[in-house]
Amino acid sequence: MTNRPDTNLDPRKAVGTTGHDWDGIEELNTPLPRWWLWTFYATILWALAYWVVYPAIPLATSFTKGMFGWTSREQVVQDLDGLKTLRGPMTAKIEAASLQDIAKTPELLSFARAQGAAAFAVNCSPCHGAGAQGFKGYPNLNDDDWLWGGSLDAIHTTLQHGIRWDADKDTRASMMPAFGRDGILKPNEISAVADYVRTLSALPVEKDADLKLGQKVFTENCAACHGEKGEGIQDVGAPKLNDKVWLYGPEKVTIMERITLGGGGQMPAWSQRLDSPTIKSLAVYVHTLGGGQ
Amino acid sequence: MSVTSSFDPHLDEPEAPLYAARKKIYPQGVSGIFRRTKTVLLIITLSIYYFLPFIRWDRGPNAPNQAILIDIPHRRAYFFFIEIWPQEVYYLTGLLILAAMALFLMNAMAGRVWCGYLCPQTVWTDLFLAVERLIEGDRRTRINRDAEPMNIEKFSYKLLKHALWLLIAWWTGGVWVLYFADAPTLVRDLIWFEAGPVAYISIMTLTFTTYVFAGLMREQVCLYMCPWPRIQAAMTDEYALNVTYRVDRGEPRMSFKKATQARLVGEPAGDCIDCQQCVAVCPTGVDIRHGADLGCIQCGLCIDACDEVMEKIGRPTRLIAYDTEVNIKRRKDGLQEIFRPIRPRTVLYIAIIIAVSVVMLYALLTRAPFTVSVIHDRNPIFVKLSDGHIRNAYTVRIANMLPTERLFTLEVDGLHDAHVEIIGGEPLIKGRPSISVGPDQTREMRVTVRAIDEDEDEPAHLEFIIRDEVDGTTAVARDYFRTPHSVH
Repeated sequence: MTNRPDTNLDPRKAVGTTGHDWDGIEELNTPLPRWWLWTFYATILWALAYWVVYPAIPLATSFTKGMFGWTSREQVVQDLDGLKTLRGPMTAKIEAASLQDIAKTPELLSFARAQGAAAFAVNCSPCHGAGAQGFKGYPNLNDDDWLWGGSLDAIHTTLQHGIRWDADKDTRASMMPAFGRDGILKPNEISAVADYVRTLSALPVEKDADLKLGQKVFTENCAACHGEKGEGIQDVGAPKLNDKVWLYGPEKVTIMERITLGGGGQMPAWSQRLDSPTIKSLAVYVHTLGGGQ
Repeated sequence: MSVTSSFDPHLDEPEAPLYAARKKIYPQGVSGIFRRTKTVLLIITLSIYYFLPFIRWDRGPNAPNQAILIDIPHRRAYFFFIEIWPQEVYYLTGLLILAAMALFLMNAMAGRVWCGYLCPQTVWTDLFLAVERLIEGDRRTRINRDAEPMNIEKFSYKLLKHALWLLIAWWTGGVWVLYFADAPTLVRDLIWFEAGPVAYISIMTLTFTTYVFAGLMREQVCLYMCPWPRIQAAMTDEYALNVTYRVDRGEPRMSFKKATQARLVGEPAGDCIDCQQCVAVCPTGVDIRHGADLGCIQCGLCIDACDEVMEKIGRPTRLIAYDTEVNIKRRKDGLQEIFRPIRPRTVLYIAIIIAVSVVMLYALLTRAPFTVSVIHDRNPIFVKLSDGHIRNAYTVRIANMLPTERLFTLEVDGLHDAHVEIIGGEPLIKGRPSISVGPDQTREMRVTVRAIDEDEDEPAHLEFIIRDEVDGTTAVARDYFRTPHSVH
């Protein structure tokens, strides 16, 4: 290397110093390694090219668009279109098949479960929980207790039209009166019927519970929707009261609260937001969580 | 054993620069037993590399028929009768241990014999040197031509040489990708430009590295990039055969004429006539007469060169020879030469090679024809049903490693009156849920287990027993059944 300093010489003479002097300590002006310098120049060139090729400089109301007008938003749209194309054949099959056929065909089932799980995580888990385990007032979708029916078709209808969702005229609708708030029942009647409801699923009640009154109130006010023995009626979304699964909880105070306030939960009509194959996949996914009927 | 470098005599001096430019090496052609050995090994190893992907191996209708294939898209590796799934990549660990031990054993027997004869860097460099010699002529011609200013003749020689090098490099990269796809199909696709971009990128990358490593960098790869010389220097011992200049015979070196006169008057005269042939033929530019050297790859070409000279001047051959440190010392002391191939380290290496081979062979012969794994649902951990029963859900994955579709049944052991269901499964067989898994495939399924809530504080231990109903073989995976009381 002829242009390298000969370090056999005094290095101060060979490369010189920066001219700085701190209490007699001088700084050698050693040149940068060449590979480092060339890499540095290359990065500068790269940056200049980047400025030209990609959008870079903000202007007053706009920005430089780059040579090809590339935008990250456009890129996302392309990526999504690519995914749509990739899934196209399977999506078409899901669209064409009946729900029962999807559940029976391994290839369609595994695709629908995967697509359903993804759609569930985005759209359903805020209310029903990440594992569809439900919360107070939001049904657990893993169990075998269904408010509006647990068959593939029933789940599919619920998903399409929602529950008590006024924007959809086919929505599932029913309303439990606010027996307490609207003064339909007196406080002692609410207490008695709450005790009676607990006995339907063999839960213990206090000794002084007036079960006779409770039964009378139940027969007159509740049985029409919830059934004579509290067996529930899915056509009107009236929950079973004689099983071990509770939407809000089995405690007496919780039952009294529901009788007092009435009402019912809401669910959006997903056909307004999701396409048909996705809703079908969701129906199959929910059905295969374990509770499907 | 001392290791010195002959590349820069100034290195030991305190004022020496830290950088030394490469001195271009012009290895001279040579003939002899070691050159012939190298040539034969070069032909064998390159033939294996270039033709192996084309060997066929029948595995039945559902598997590829290429003897050696690493099928990355389908996550399979095939080696003749062996088929490896990704989760069995530990076989690779075994192979690496075997390779390392074989290398260590070679080192204990004959130093860097791997470097000299078998290492791909050596083999391809040797091939590229042969091309260089064919086009540009031998050492002297090449040195003279390089000293000339550029002219048409020089340019044409260089152009032809580099074109041939690139052709070989391209061919090398081209064969590499054949190990990763069906070779005949890929060759056709490559010719018609229908192969995937990965294939072309791989070929270009390997063309580039082969051309640079074997054509331009050569011995610098061994000297500056390869870790093995350093490790080898630390691992070798005085009993290992190394290419050695027999200093006891060679010194004091002097010209042939002077040596003849000295011998006439009974003065000491070495056999070395300082003809520099050993340096001229060395592919890494080493002067072996300085002693053991980091740059020496033990190829023995200097032995061939020296023997030729010794024959010409009528002195005994093997002034440079494969020799051991021990024997140099023993000859000095007037003792008999000894050769000890059986030493603690060679015995140990061989023992490890045998042990690892036996373990691998056992693992291969007893390889399960299918495996099962179970993952418990994390959320919810259990589900309470309307009748008070508890249900747990699991993801069960069966890997069918045979090339035929098979029907499996599932039995869950460890719970009283457990009701087991495979969601999307096939009809019951002998009261057990069943599922079929395609040839050489995995299938994932959702399994639910329902049982009475036993109020137990400890979760029940479950065994998921998967049985092939045709041949009766089973595979077992374990998990738990959890209830509201046993969620820890």
